Amino acid sequence: MIIQLPEPDLSIVGRREQIVAALVGIAGRDAVVSDEDGRRAFETDAMTSYRRMPLAVVLPTSTEAIANVLRYCNANNLKVVARGAGTSLCGGALPAEDAIVVGVSRMSRVLDIDYAGRTMRVEAGITNLAITGEVAPEGFFYAPDPSSQLSCTLAGNIAMNSGGAHCLKYGVTTNNVLGVRVVLMNGDIVDIGGDQLDGGGYDILSLMIGSEGQLGIITEATVRIIKAAEGARPMLLGFDTNEAAGQCVAGIIASGIIPVAMEFMDRPAIEVCESFAKAGYPLDAEALLIIEVEGSEAEIAERLAQIQEIAKPFRPTTATISTNAAQSARIWKGRKSAFGALGRIADYYCMDGTIPLSRLPETLTAISRICTGYGLKVANIFHAGDGNLHPLIMFDANDPASEAKAEQAGMDILKLCVEVGGWLTGEHGVGIEKRDLMRFQFTPDDLAQQMRIKSVFDPRWLLNPAKVFPLDARVGFEPAATATAAIRRAAA
Amino acid sequence: MADILKPRDDKDLAETVAKLAAANVAIEVKGAGTKRGIGRPITAATIIETSAMTGLTLYEPTELVMSARAGTPLAQIEATLAERGQLLAFEPIDLGPISGGAGGQQTIGGVFATGASGPRRITSGAARDHILGVKAVNGRGEIFKSGGRVLKNVTGYDVGRALVGSWGTLAILTELTFKVMPRPERTETLVWPGLTEEIAVEAMCAALGTPFEVNGTMHLSAALTSRLELKSLAREAAPITAIRIENFASAVDYRANRLADALKIFGTPQKLGHDASLAFWEELRRLSVFTRLASEAPRQLWRLATSPRKAPAVMAAIRRNTEAEACLDASGGLIWLEVPASADAGAADIRRILAGAGGHATLISADREVRESVEVFHPMNAVIERLSTGLKDAFDPARILNPGRMYATL
Repeated sequence: MIIQLPEPDLSIVGRREQIVAALVGIAGRDAVVSDEDGRRAFETDAMTSYRRMPLAVVLPTSTEAIANVLRYCNANNLKVVARGAGTSLCGGALPAEDAIVVGVSRMSRVLDIDYAGRTMRVEAGITNLAITGEVAPEGFFYAPDPSSQLSCTLAGNIAMNSGGAHCLKYGVTTNNVLGVRVVLMNGDIVDIGGDQLDGGGYDILSLMIGSEGQLGIITEATVRIIKAAEGARPMLLGFDTNEAAGQCVAGIIASGIIPVAMEFMDRPAIEVCESFAKAGYPLDAEALLIIEVEGSEAEIAERLAQIQEIAKPFRPTTATISTNAAQSARIWKGRKSAFGALGRIADYYCMDGTIPLSRLPETLTAISRICTGYGLKVANIFHAGDGNLHPLIMFDANDPASEAKAEQAGMDILKLCVEVGGWLTGEHGVGIEKRDLMRFQFTPDDLAQQMRIKSVFDPRWLLNPAKVFPLDARVGFEPAATATAAIRRAAA
Repeated sequence: MADILKPRDDKDLAETVAKLAAANVAIEVKGAGTKRGIGRPITAATIIETSAMTGLTLYEPTELVMSARAGTPLAQIEATLAERGQLLAFEPIDLGPISGGAGGQQTIGGVFATGASGPRRITSGAARDHILGVKAVNGRGEIFKSGGRVLKNVTGYDVGRALVGSWGTLAILTELTFKVMPRPERTETLVWPGLTEEIAVEAMCAALGTPFEVNGTMHLSAALTSRLELKSLAREAAPITAIRIENFASAVDYRANRLADALKIFGTPQKLGHDASLAFWEELRRLSVFTRLASEAPRQLWRLATSPRKAPAVMAAIRRNTEAEACLDASGGLIWLEVPASADAGAADIRRILAGAGGHATLISADREVRESVEVFHPMNAVIERLSTGLKDAFDPARILNPGRMYATL
């Protein structure tokens, strides 16, 4: 484990009983989890190698209760870690021993559905898939679809500006949320945006979405819902080289077609997924594209035929158009089970960088070289349409040396992404995972501008501490009282 | 006369701003200046123009991304995109002519600084949805960046997106990177004449509830229709409701027929065809129905944002006290409202009605004296004002960038 976390403030840890009693008084006995077994369920997120037992967990059922909890924490200089379902892959929801976890998972009601205006008002603890589930009978859906959509909450999606496989056509969270109700650290409740398309004044909503729980806690939101296309169908294109697959993607986009999804898998990823899902993936291909288009039957047929024609000069080894719903489901099952399938043969570390499409082949070669250098294997999955690369680095979790190598390889890969013109994270967020790489991406002035914004919303820097900004870059921005422990630790 | 400075690049600009900040000199930030008549009037001793910072710095058609320096004319960008069969999907509107400025002259920096988005916003998103990265100079004279050339990016706070629509009051944009999209092969517009506003909103909402990817909905009052340059429609002498579909040619034919069928309870629409459709939506982008007024009584123009289901009631309430003409964009969620000129532009009434319904109003076109006395942008509540003031100070602590342009205190 190579990421440093601040030492807890022992004076706060020592007051635990007193703080728990106060929280029970504010939020009620039912809303507070204070016993060790109960708290253990919250000690990590989906970046499970880092664990910290929280001081206490509060799971309120109303915006007002969350406001009361934050007002108390702010007055008493207590740090707060907001939590949805705890599915963050970057340690974004990792607690701290001297921090209170405030979860929104018990706030999951649907408040209003407006099919005519195509919006929906929900409490932010609702899961991503439940939003679509609610409107699917009327043929509507909520577009962002992160892989964790069965369990992840909208609040977490908003905090991380989550994406998914269909962003090329439908955008990410920030393009699909119209308004939020936020509790600020001082307990103020404020509505930002609304059910209209654009807000007045500064676009504070843009800052709130993707702020990783550091500016406020989202308790309600108005999201856009979209009428689903008449139909959708995928095709498979296999290639001998990564170059050919990349060029084919470029050719499709140049033709004016915007497929709803274009997923790329390299040979190791193809092998793992095929052995698990029997999706019909070609095992002789170096690179595989799953391309899905939407529309009527005739439109789909025409578009896929067009894509097949575009692919020809790149000599596909396989070109299979799904002919029925069962086959389509199998094709997607293979891709969507990639993480589970890989998890059966090894522990793995899922990275999330972005790169320009044109740099894909050389980036994949370099990733392979990096991992081989650490004695590790890697499989790559790539949202080809939007440049979001997910290298899956395999390691042995029972061997701390192997785990450390995987983390180090991951850091090297992210630096590589930045070097080729990409960015550290496309959809997972910075959290603790990429915190110390931020200076590799940003200049001190870039970071200063972001940290000044943090101070506007949370002057004491109590929300989601020790995330996003390198600990030793915060001097002069994070108030000394909050920062002492963090800076002491980083300086050591 | 104000000093006019034209920095060569961001470094030059940063040094200039740092000096002016130290001397506490107010700066008016200006691209081509087409929208100087919008917002609260400001008096600044210095004008900084982006006119020397021009040119494309990146265009990758196969990655749907372009970068340009802030002073680059929008017309140049759109021409370059057209050569490769692409466009800006948010269809920036041109607010110049209706606010007393020049038409067709705006810069890409001005487009994003003001968040100028057109009718495709209903489906394809606004300017804010297409920004990928910015480089800018804040009021401290520091160069900073946010985001970059990749479509998906959650590295750090989304500062660049928040600068869209901040009207130069937080930072001076120097380079923009944005998403571009394929130009649709075919455009068709279905037009229903004679629907009332209430029924039109129903029809437009129903259209957007079909799977045919409607990408523009607009309802014009009879008076506004008669002012259209497109004569075939201007002759209608009735309100019109227009719904746009764009796609590959074969898909458009199919979808237009299916849509007409799905909306047949609203009557049989006429089809404009490809060329007339392009001309019609281009005309709406220029808001020219509101500019051809010189000979008539003076009017003022508002931009109202609300939810479509509330639009008919909002309009009915407004008409109770004033004789207003309206153009309903975004299935009624965006109302361009023309009112007879008055000292307060009807602000009190309009904002009272919107406060009840939910939404906000921006005064787009009115004389200087009116914009001095009326809140041009929607009034802020106490918490939003505290956050907005904090943001202003986080970017521009000396408060020298376009001071007072959006709000007197910012």
